[in-house]
Amino acid sequence: MGTINIGFLHSLVRKEEKLLLAEFGKHPDVSVVMLDDRELVFDLCTVPPLDAIIERSINHSRALHALRLFDSLGIPCVNSYRVAQICGDKILTAVALRDHGIPQPDLRIAFTEDSALKAIEEIGYPAVLKPVVGSWGRLLSKVNDRDAAETILEHKTVLGSYHHSIFFIQKYIRKQGRDIRAFVVGDECIGAIYRHSDHWITNTARGATAANCPVHPELADLCVRTAVAVGGGVLAIDLFETGEGLLVNEVNYTMEFRTSIDTTGVNIPARVADYVIARARAGSRA
Amino acid sequence: MIHECPVCGAELELGSGLIKGELLECDECGSELEVVSDDPLTLAEAPEAEEDWGQ
Repeated sequence: MGTINIGFLHSLVRKEEKLLLAEFGKHPDVSVVMLDDRELVFDLCTVPPLDAIIERSINHSRALHALRLFDSLGIPCVNSYRVAQICGDKILTAVALRDHGIPQPDLRIAFTEDSALKAIEEIGYPAVLKPVVGSWGRLLSKVNDRDAAETILEHKTVLGSYHHSIFFIQKYIRKQGRDIRAFVVGDECIGAIYRHSDHWITNTARGATAANCPVHPELADLCVRTAVAVGGGVLAIDLFETGEGLLVNEVNYTMEFRTSIDTTGVNIPARVADYVIARARAGSRA
Repeated sequence: MIHECPVCGAELELGSGLIKGELLECDECGSELEVVSDDPLTLAEAPEAEEDWGQ
């Protein structure tokens, strides 16, 4: 078997990228080509000699467009442009989940202050307002009453850029101090963590602590079906536990996992690297 | 390998194997730093988080 050339699309190199590079380095038949998104220039024609690309850009917008460009040249990408497009936009994610019968919190989408206020009142208080594009729990608002709703909607409309006037409103789920983040690689849920926090936002980037979450059959099945719904690949899925079962909250396509390796006991970067190498070997028709 | 923090001037003892784009933290001032060149090794203050960063 010849050498496999893996393009490593990145900007800043975080702990996750170093761990992935170390895993690729364990494969003597794999050559990694670093692709810094701050230096790339595309011409729509030149096909780089790559067998696959792993996307690890920190910017969603750069990742999205770079993936579309590489995808248009026939290079297999992990994850694909389509997956990045769906997972990078909460409305597109919600539609994909709905289309595949994946349970998710009740939600509304509105485009003006007045209609958003009506939507919040329909959902009931507290409600959660989220930017359609955004992560790390930033700019989330828990709206406890009508006064807060009016204030937040006005601030978003006046102070935010235009995309902050696309209002994504979700029913607030009382999660008793924890939620679940599960990791899917291909057709397997390889591990999961509980994220504990006294704050209503349970994101490890916001100080939540992690504990291992056993991957029981219901969780594994829902996560794999969720991955299929958004197009498959390497994904981190956030879920709420409720009395009526699990609900999928968000799906992340450039997953962060540094705090989850020791917690789960799963070598997540090794599993990701193996998956990317397998995709490269399978070629663009995989 | 000793390098100077470009933010506070503190001496940083760095290990080997650093690569371009890698993020580091200054133990002295807590600034996030980026390896902007690995030959010669050059550090700069890391860019501020942008609105579409992260997962």
